[in-house]
Amino acid sequence: MGTIYIDGKASEADPKQNLLHACLSLGLNLPYFCWHPAMGSVGACRQCAVKQFKDAQDTRGRLVMACMTPAAPDTRISLQDPEAVAFRAGIIEGMMLNHPHDCPVCDEGGECHLQDMTVMTGHDYRRSRFPKRTFHDQYLGPFVYHQMNRCIQCYRCVRFYRNYAGEDDLNAFGISNEVFFGREQDGVLKSEFAGNLVEVCPTGVFTDRTLRRHYTRKWDLRMAPSICGHCSLGCNTTMGERYGLLRRVVNRFNSEVNGYFLCDRGRYGYEFVNSEQRIRAAQINGAPTSVTEAKRRLSSLVAGGQQLIGIGSPRASIESNYALRRLVGKDRFFCGVSDGEWERTRAMVEILQAGPARSASLRDVELSDAVLILGEDVTNSAPRMALSVRQSLRQQSFETTQKLRVPLWMDDAVREIAQAKRSPLFIAAAGATRLDDVATATYKAAPEDIARLGFAVAHEIDAKAPEVPDLSGEMRELAATIATALTGAKHPLVIAGPSCRSISVIESAANVARALCDNGHSAALSLIAPACNSFGLALLGARPMSEALAAVQDHGDATLIVLENDLYRQLPAKLVDGYLAKAAHLIVLDQLGNGTTAKAELLLPAGTFAESDGTLVSNEGRAQRFFQVFVPEDGIKESWRWLGDQSWSSLDDVLSEIGTEIPRLASVIGAAPLSSFRIAGAKIPREPHRYSGRTSITANISVVEPKPPDDPDSSLSYSMEGASIQPPAALQPFFWAPGWNSIQAVNKFQSEIGEALRGGVPGVRLFETSTGGGYFDGIPNPFTRRTQEWLLLPIEHIFGSEELSAHASSIAELVTEPYLALNPADAAGFLAEGKPTVVEVAFGGLKQRVPLKVLAELPSGLAGIPAGLTALCGEELPAWCRIERAS
Amino acid sequence: MPTEKPLTQSIPAGGEALSLQGYERLGGYQGLRRALQMTPKQVQEEVTNSGLRGRGGAGFPTGMKWSFTPMGADAPRPKYVVANADEMEPGTFKDRYLMEGNPHQLIEGLILAGFAIEADVAFIFIRGEYKLSQERLARAITEAYSAGYLGRNILSSDYALEMYLHVSAGRYMCGEETGLLNALEGKRANPRAKPPFPQVSGLWGKPTIVNNVETLANVPHILEKGAKWFQGLSLTKDAGTKLYGASGKVKRPGLWELPMGTTIREILEEHAGGMRDGVRFRGVLPGGASTDFLVEEHLDVAMDYTSVQKAGSRLGTGTMIVLDDQTCPVGITANLTHFFAQESCGWCTPCWSGLKWATKILDAIEDGQGRPGDLDKLSYLSTFWSPGHTFCALAPGAAEPVQSALKFFRDDFERHIHEKRCSWRS
Repeated sequence: MGTIYIDGKASEADPKQNLLHACLSLGLNLPYFCWHPAMGSVGACRQCAVKQFKDAQDTRGRLVMACMTPAAPDTRISLQDPEAVAFRAGIIEGMMLNHPHDCPVCDEGGECHLQDMTVMTGHDYRRSRFPKRTFHDQYLGPFVYHQMNRCIQCYRCVRFYRNYAGEDDLNAFGISNEVFFGREQDGVLKSEFAGNLVEVCPTGVFTDRTLRRHYTRKWDLRMAPSICGHCSLGCNTTMGERYGLLRRVVNRFNSEVNGYFLCDRGRYGYEFVNSEQRIRAAQINGAPTSVTEAKRRLSSLVAGGQQLIGIGSPRASIESNYALRRLVGKDRFFCGVSDGEWERTRAMVEILQAGPARSASLRDVELSDAVLILGEDVTNSAPRMALSVRQSLRQQSFETTQKLRVPLWMDDAVREIAQAKRSPLFIAAAGATRLDDVATATYKAAPEDIARLGFAVAHEIDAKAPEVPDLSGEMRELAATIATALTGAKHPLVIAGPSCRSISVIESAANVARALCDNGHSAALSLIAPACNSFGLALLGARPMSEALAAVQDHGDATLIVLENDLYRQLPAKLVDGYLAKAAHLIVLDQLGNGTTAKAELLLPAGTFAESDGTLVSNEGRAQRFFQVFVPEDGIKESWRWLGDQSWSSLDDVLSEIGTEIPRLASVIGAAPLSSFRIAGAKIPREPHRYSGRTSITANISVVEPKPPDDPDSSLSYSMEGASIQPPAALQPFFWAPGWNSIQAVNKFQSEIGEALRGGVPGVRLFETSTGGGYFDGIPNPFTRRTQEWLLLPIEHIFGSEELSAHASSIAELVTEPYLALNPADAAGFLAEGKPTVVEVAFGGLKQRVPLKVLAELPSGLAGIPAGLTALCGEELPAWCRIERAS
Repeated sequence: MPTEKPLTQSIPAGGEALSLQGYERLGGYQGLRRALQMTPKQVQEEVTNSGLRGRGGAGFPTGMKWSFTPMGADAPRPKYVVANADEMEPGTFKDRYLMEGNPHQLIEGLILAGFAIEADVAFIFIRGEYKLSQERLARAITEAYSAGYLGRNILSSDYALEMYLHVSAGRYMCGEETGLLNALEGKRANPRAKPPFPQVSGLWGKPTIVNNVETLANVPHILEKGAKWFQGLSLTKDAGTKLYGASGKVKRPGLWELPMGTTIREILEEHAGGMRDGVRFRGVLPGGASTDFLVEEHLDVAMDYTSVQKAGSRLGTGTMIVLDDQTCPVGITANLTHFFAQESCGWCTPCWSGLKWATKILDAIEDGQGRPGDLDKLSYLSTFWSPGHTFCALAPGAAEPVQSALKFFRDDFERHIHEKRCSWRS
């Protein structure tokens, strides 16, 4: 740190940063537009002008752009200098010449950075009498609403979309004051991260199209901190609710996890909460019943002396899984996923707990300078990670940048120097991936061969790692190239996961990470989990499902309790039918109707993440808590409340019992402060200080203002009153600060701009490195294709493969139709001339008709079906299938 | 008084280009032969010693510009030299004359610049409308390759240089050094922040120098005849000759190569033949559209970098636009501002927003719709566009005619507003 002088006052500043970063980190209000903490400086908008003086004697000074000027020691600047103040107001005036001033009808109004900055500069009077320029707006797909007239040409959208997210269908067209930011023609934005435009845009050009359908101002939203449940990464989100409807999800900054950005599944998946498929009332044999009756039936079934068998869920919280496990007893608690998935999940947890490589946070991913991905199309299986991988590719070019003494925040210059130079990224996958465009090399192969490549890389790095027999020259060469790249890096990273349904792939990744660590490299390992709490469930412990059948059979009168889990998505339908038929009673708790709930004798409405509190363990091994944003009017309750002990009065009780009963989960209680936490005796309000209509919302029923609901489970209140200072980060319900109404108010909550929130990094890490363990040696034989059969593999889709988000109406628009994919040569035999072909896939006694799709990069001998999107989604894959052209 | 016209004296009358043979006969490529016997550093020093300053408008010392390029075995490769032939400054047509008349002179100058910084690749970035220049340069480049002036082992030396002619898709911003580099890379012609300077990170992030055509055309002569000779060509301390031009209602609009420091009066009265009959001189933009008006009292100012600056304007490209008493000063200012507003790349707010506002105010005044206070707004805008406030020099350049018109022709502006009409319009 060095000392800089701001309006005569000495302050500490990081000389590696720029003056805007320094001023904001010091808590000063300096307006800006084009600069973004994650995207650096480009100097376009000229909004952050300050007066800089050569030395203490210089009284004239000159205007400089704070974002483009290093915070070098002894720099002297003034924010209050009249010329600087007038210039900044002039910039807003210039932007406002064409801005439509339509705040009352603009979705951004009330949380608009342009509004905030306008007020901050003091510009308040229009001196121009001339007409404004106008544009045509475009249809950009179900997520983002376009209204170009509001544009102030800060270029953040294209910089995010093109440079940061790496997609090219959004561009800047034209010049002068008529630069158009949009697509060449109307159409769905291609990027899986397009939703971030809503937050990146400082005004209302890009707004949330889903929010628009049930619009509410930010100030009228009741908000709560949440954790995204639509993949295993555990991105932090803020939910907003009003009138019992979940209105939207926005990013909640977490320096170690999602930073400033979410993927579109995470941002838009929330609408399943409002879905018509929601189970809102308890049902007995399909007929709605009261909460009292449901509870009565539940206790009679549970206490009826029958054998209880519990089936847990990788998408339910630790607390809910624990409550079921406690109810049925740990020997009768089953994991709810296929044996294969359970084996892979447990193996991943074991590797991350016992292995020498650090379990990578998304920030670690971003800071890696060589990446090997084995068997994953990250963009589709853990989408937000793809954005981090893209940023990691810049790391090696930073060396050249630093040699040329160009600071890293000088974004355009840094990218110019980097050109196409990218850190090594190797992707071995069973088909094309959305990161192939930036990969050093890709290897398309069957799971066995991907694993063999991984094992071969490990052996190249460390001769002690088992050698792959019968290695082809080509693969040996590729393995050597990858090994060289990884060992040549400062922070190599290996990514793998369950997409290939192959434990060998995961073990081979573990070997590579171990080989790197054992040879002195600071390697990280990121293992993607199948669902948002797969790792939490694995840590809790459960028995495999194959043993559940026997348990059900052993007790003819067993009562089966299924927790938030559509078994038809997890296991072969025939098997599930068997379980359900053999159980004497079936109790199901879930949020949306599905094949399993349809068969329930007693169906209990389970709270979604928006209506519950609980803890999830992310793929990093980070236990993070989500908090209820509203209390549903009907009988919907947290599953742990339905199933839990009558003596539990709050979530704290569940957590402390888990801490006692399951020592490996003891630290989970620390993921967020307990419900007893208070700031100066007060709870933390979920409603902002401008929340309107509090006294009139129910006035049509009674003019007496109802008492707000109690929240025994957290230190958040259903009120606009309460603690006014910054709470611990895990409890931050929203970002809002005086003068900063937009989401960019997050600046005011960070220890330093872009760094951890002042209350710390939310969550606790459960995995730390260990020196134990050894190399895996289960090297599979090479894949050999069959003549009349294909190896059927699931293909992950960001939109559709995850169960709950697929019920969000915006996401549903982008869900692919079911298909069977073959590579062009394999497909040739089935293709009908000039018209769509439907084929019949047959395996294990099952048959399914699906349209045939040609996928250029699918390896020969493999067939792909979209994960979670066909009737086959519960079948254990990979499996050899036969394909016939359907007549 | 020196009468040498090294840049133009070999250009044949009648509009033909000087052939390679013709060029060689008149001493062409001798500078290159001499330079190849020297080290690149010595070539840089020779140019530095000559006092040659950039002829594109900014007047930066050429040798010094070259000297910032990283040299030697550790320097990043490839290095680039670029001839800026995107001559789009309104009123300026000097580079076109040089390229059409003597393309090899530019090519030799570019090879020499390349040799001086050990460049590997040269580009001529040429304005799209300059069709004839393109044809002649393309042919000349082919000839230069055949004659061994380009390619590997140039004139049997170890030096190699590849040269490409790149035709611009056409934007004023492409004439800005860094905007040009972005355009050459296929990106929007937005300017880049400096530092890093192009010598450090230029084309595709590699060391690059960009020089104006006229600047480069001087280099072969400096190398052939020496720095001292070059300094002797000038009447003032800014060395060499200069292509001066005049357009507007003068008797003989045209272009003349004269000693640096020739006065405005001599150019306008002796070479351009004075004003046409019946019109009176009111003012002049000395160096293209982006320079401040000068008026009668400045006629004896020497046209060199320092003197014009002292008089309150800039030498710019040295090609003058003359304003007469039968042309509306508000109209000409509005017209120029329209050009700059239209050509703003849209990157920085003062430029894309302020220039459009200024055109609307100026149009309103010219149309008799001006209001009291409009001139204050124009004055305000011209300081809003000060250097350093904007990202590049476009808006500060656009400010120059506006601020000086307000200074020298304020009465005309006020009369427009007061009378609600333009008195030059019938």
